[in-house]
Amino acid sequence: MTGNPQLTPEGRLRHLLSIEGLPAHILMQILDTASSFVSVTDREVKKVPLLRGRSIFNLFFEPSTRTRTTFEIAAKRLSADVINLNIATSSQTKGETLLDTVANLGAMNADMFVVRHGQSGAAHLIARHVGPHIHVVNAGDGRHAHPTQALLDMFTIRHYKGEFNRLRVAIVGDLLHSRVARSEIHALTTLGVPEVRVIGPRTLIPAQVERLGVRVFHDMSEGLREVDVVMMLRLQNERMDGALLPSAQEYFKYYGLTAEKLALAKPDAIVMHPGPMNRGIEIESAVADGAQSVILPQVTFGIAVRMAVMSMLAGNQG
Amino acid sequence: MQLPDPEQLIERLAGLIRADLREDTCLVGIHTGGVWVARRLHALLGLRTPLGSVHVAFYRDDYKKKGLSAGVRPSDLSFDVDDAHIILVDDVLYTGRTIRAAMNEIFDFGRPTSIRLAALVDRGERQLPICPQYVGAQLSVPRDRLVQLRSDAASGRLSLELVEREEGT
Repeated sequence: MTGNPQLTPEGRLRHLLSIEGLPAHILMQILDTASSFVSVTDREVKKVPLLRGRSIFNLFFEPSTRTRTTFEIAAKRLSADVINLNIATSSQTKGETLLDTVANLGAMNADMFVVRHGQSGAAHLIARHVGPHIHVVNAGDGRHAHPTQALLDMFTIRHYKGEFNRLRVAIVGDLLHSRVARSEIHALTTLGVPEVRVIGPRTLIPAQVERLGVRVFHDMSEGLREVDVVMMLRLQNERMDGALLPSAQEYFKYYGLTAEKLALAKPDAIVMHPGPMNRGIEIESAVADGAQSVILPQVTFGIAVRMAVMSMLAGNQG
Repeated sequence: MQLPDPEQLIERLAGLIRADLREDTCLVGIHTGGVWVARRLHALLGLRTPLGSVHVAFYRDDYKKKGLSAGVRPSDLSFDVDDAHIILVDDVLYTGRTIRAAMNEIFDFGRPTSIRLAALVDRGERQLPICPQYVGAQLSVPRDRLVQLRSDAASGRLSLELVEREEGT
C-alpha cells in the first residue's frame, strides 16, 4: 500500500484512522454529508437504505458505552446489520491475537470494522491487513486518535459558530493522555481555525505540542480570555500511571471550568465535552448544564457524523 | 441540435398541471434541476402549500458502484406527507431510476394519497415502469450525450445543454 492508507488511489476516503493526513475538503465533505443525515431522525422511517445488506462489526477491545452505542445507532440508521463484540484484551501476544480475530471476522463476510483499542496504532494495523472490500473506522486507539469524536466536535462548532476561519478555540485539561485532543488539534488546524490554545498543567501537556500549531497556557484565566469555543477534556484517571496530579480537588481549583472562569471567554462562547464527564473535577455542574453548554447536542450530532463517515467509506472501494 | 427554451417549457407544464390542480397539491422538486423547475411552477401556479425538495443520494441504486456523491443536501418535506397529493418535478426524465429513488424517499416520510410526475423534458429510454403525467417536451438524444439544465448565476435564467457523457455516468 502506498501513500495515505486512508485514501483510495483516487483520493477518496477508504478507512478513517486519524484526522492527521486528511485534506480539508474531505473533512468538509464529511460535515456536509452529516448535515443531510441530521434530519433523517425527524422522518417517520428513521433510516435510509444505503448500507442494506452490509455487516458492520463493532470491535471494542476497551469498554465504551456512548461511542459504541452511537456507532451502532448510526449503522442501523443506514440499514446495516451490526454485530457488537466486546473483546477483553489479553496482555500477551496482542498483535497476533488482534490479527487472528480480524481474519476470522473477515471470513464471516464483514464489510466494516469499527475498532476501539487501548493500543495506539491498532486500527492502522487492522487496516493494513484487511481485504480490499473491508473498511476500518478508528473509534479510539490508545493515546493516538479518536477521529469521529473530533469530527462531531467540528460539526458542533460549525453548527453554532459558522465559519472556522475567525475562531479562537481553547482545549482544556489532560492533553497528555487524550486521543481526543490530538485529533481535535489536527481537525481545527486543517479546517483553518487561526488560533488553537491548549490549557493545562505542565505535567499533562505533551512536550513540544506547539509544533502542532497551538499556543500553550498553564494559567486557565489567561487562556480562556476571549475564546469562542471551550473544549473540555476528561481527566483520564484510568490512564494515569504516575503521580501527575496532587489531587482532584486541586485540579478542579486550577483547571476545572466554573461559571466564573467561563465569564472570561466571549459571552456567546460554547462549552463542549466529549464525555463521560467528571462533574466537580474538570467541569462544574452549573456550567455542564448551563445555557452555553452544547454537550448533549454533541452526542446527537455524533450519530449523523458517524452515518456520514460509514456511508462515505462503504461506497469507496480500495 | 436545437434544444427548447426551458422558460417556455415551464409555462407549458404549468398549463398542463393547472387543469388537475387541487388546493392541497404539493410540489416536490428533485435536486438540483428539478428544484429550479418546481420553484418556477410553484410561483406560476400560485400554490400556497410548502414547496418540497428531495436529494435522492441516500436512495440511489448505483451507490455500490459509484459511492456517495459529494454534494449531498438535506431533503425538505415540510408538509404532512400522509394523505398528501404530490406532484414530483424533475428536469430531465431518462431511465426512471432517480424517480424510483425519490418515491422511496418520500415514502419514508409518510404515505401520500397520490404521486404524479412532471418532467421538463422526457428523453425516453426508460429502464423502469415509470410514466410521467406532465411533460414539457419529448427529446430524442444520442446515448453518448447528457441533457443538462443550467441556471445562470447572475440572471437565474434556465437553459438546456447537451454535454458529452463522462465514463460511468
